[in-house]
Amino acid sequence: MRRLFILLPPMLWLLLLVAAPLGILGLIAFAEAGPGVPPFIPPLGWAGGPVWQGSSESIGTLLADPYYLEAFLRSLLTAFVTAALCLLLAYPMALGIAGARPPWRIPLLLLVLLPFWTGFLPRLGAWIGLLRDGGWVNGMLGAMGIGPLRLLYSDLALYLGMVHAYLPFAVLPLATALMRRDLALEEAAADLGAGPWVVFRSVTLPLSLPAAASAFLLVFIPAAGEFVIPELLGPPEAQLVGRVLWGEFFQNRDWPLAAGLALALLVLLLPPILLFQRLGRRG
Amino acid sequence: MKRLGLAFGLLFLWAPILLMVVYAFSADRIPFQWGGFSLRWFAALAANERMREAALLSLRIAAGAATLATLLGGLAGWALARFGPFRGRALLGALAGAPLVLPEVVTGLSLLLLFVLGQGAAEAVFGWAPGRGAATILLAHVTIGLAYVAVVVQARLAALDPSLEEAAADLGAGPFTTFRTVTLPLIAPSLAAGWLLAFTLSLDDVVVASFVSGPAGTTLPMLVFSALKIGLTPEVNALAALFLALAALFVGAAGLFLARRANGAG
Repeated sequence: MRRLFILLPPMLWLLLLVAAPLGILGLIAFAEAGPGVPPFIPPLGWAGGPVWQGSSESIGTLLADPYYLEAFLRSLLTAFVTAALCLLLAYPMALGIAGARPPWRIPLLLLVLLPFWTGFLPRLGAWIGLLRDGGWVNGMLGAMGIGPLRLLYSDLALYLGMVHAYLPFAVLPLATALMRRDLALEEAAADLGAGPWVVFRSVTLPLSLPAAASAFLLVFIPAAGEFVIPELLGPPEAQLVGRVLWGEFFQNRDWPLAAGLALALLVLLLPPILLFQRLGRRG
Repeated sequence: MKRLGLAFGLLFLWAPILLMVVYAFSADRIPFQWGGFSLRWFAALAANERMREAALLSLRIAAGAATLATLLGGLAGWALARFGPFRGRALLGALAGAPLVLPEVVTGLSLLLLFVLGQGAAEAVFGWAPGRGAATILLAHVTIGLAYVAVVVQARLAALDPSLEEAAADLGAGPFTTFRTVTLPLIAPSLAAGWLLAFTLSLDDVVVASFVSGPAGTTLPMLVFSALKIGLTPEVNALAALFLALAALFVGAAGLFLARRANGAG
C-alpha cells in the first residue's frame, strides 16, 4: 500500500507527460495539415464510431524531398564531428584531472563544470561578440596584418560553439573513469619494461574505452537535435534537423511535418540511445 | 603533456567567458570594445523593464519546477532503487530516463501537442481552456527536472550502506523514524544537487519553453535568444557577467560549506 503511494505520483506524471506526448507525436505525424487552430485535422475522427482520416503525406514528403534527407545527413555529420572533437579535447583534460594530486581534483573538475552554470545563451553571446565582423578576434587578427575574415555564421563558429557547449559533458565521464582506475595495472606494465607511451596505449586507453564511448554518445545524442547553436552561430545554409523542424513548426505552421521530422529523428537516435543506456548500466 | 592538454582545454572553456566579463565593464556601446571602465550596462540592465519581468518569471518557474521535480524525482528514484523487481519497473525506468536523452525539439514539440489537445478537450467539456504560458512551461520543466533528480537519487540510494538503516531498525526505530533520522539526512545532498540541477536546466532552457509557451509567457532565455539572433548587446554582456558572479558565489559558498562539514565530521 505504501509502495503504491510512492510509485503512483511519478508513474502517473511520466505516463501523462512523457509517454502520452510521444504517442500523440507519432499520431500527429500522420495527420493531414489544415488551416484551422491547431493547424491539422486529427487523424482519428468520430462519426458514430472511430474513423481513420489520417494521411501519410508528411512522411511521404520527408522521404521524397532531398532537402530533408540532406538535413538529417548534415545533422549526423555535425554531431559526429562535434563529439569527436570533444573527445579529442576532453581526453587529455580528463587525464590531467585524474593525474593531479587528490586535493586538486575536485576544484579542477569544478572549473570544467562551472561554465555550465554561467548559462548556455550567455556563452553563445560571447562567441558572437568575439567572432562577428569587426569583433574582437578580427581586431586581433587585423593587428597581425591578417583579415578581416568572415568568422561568425560559418562552420568554424558553429563547431566552436558546439564544442564549447558540450565539452564539459565529455570530460565528466572520462575524468570519473580515469580517477577510479587501478594504477597498479599501469605500474605492473611499467615494471615489466613498458615505456610511458606503451603503458598508455596498451593499458590506460583500452580500459577507458567504455567511458570514452559514453562521453562520445553523451555529446552526439543531444548535438544531433541541436537547434540554438546552429541558429545563432552557424551559416544560414547549415539546415540541421533541429532548425528545419523549428522552421516547419513556427514559420510554415506545418505541424504534421514537424511531428514527422521529430519522429524520424527519434528513430534515427534510438540505436545510439540504447547503446548509451547499456554502457551506463555496465559502468 | 597531460597538464598542457588540461591547460589548453580550460583556456578554451574560460577565455570567451572571462573576456565577456571584462568587457561587461566597458563603457563602449559596441560589445567587446574597450571604452573605459563603466557600470552603465549594469544600470541599463537593471532599468530594463522587460528583462526584469522575464527574469522574475524565469526564477519563479525554475524554483517551482525544481521543487516539484525533486519531490516526484525523489519518489521515482526511491522506487527504482528500493522496490526490487516489480511490474512496471522497466517502464518507470524508461520513462524517467527518456527526458535525459530525447532531443530538446522532440520534447518541446511532443509536450506542446499534448497541451494543445488538452486545451481542445477542456474547451469541448467546459467551454473554456486555460491558456499556454508560465503553467505549461512549469509542467514541461518539472518533467525534465524529474528525470535528472531520479537518476541522482537512485544512484545515491544504491550506494548507501544498508547496515546504517539496519542498525537503526535493530535499535528499535520504526520505518518512518529510520527514514527521517538516517536515510533522509544521507540522501539530502543528492536531493539538493538534484534540485539545483533542475533549477539550472529550467533557467537555461529556451527550446522547450518556446514550444510550450503562449503569448503570455516570455522567459529570460527566450528574451535573450531573440536579442542574440540580431547580435550581442552590451546588456546581454552585463547579464552574462552577473550570471557568472552568482554561479561563482554559489559554488564558493557550497565549497566552504562542504569543507566545513568535512572538518566537523572528521
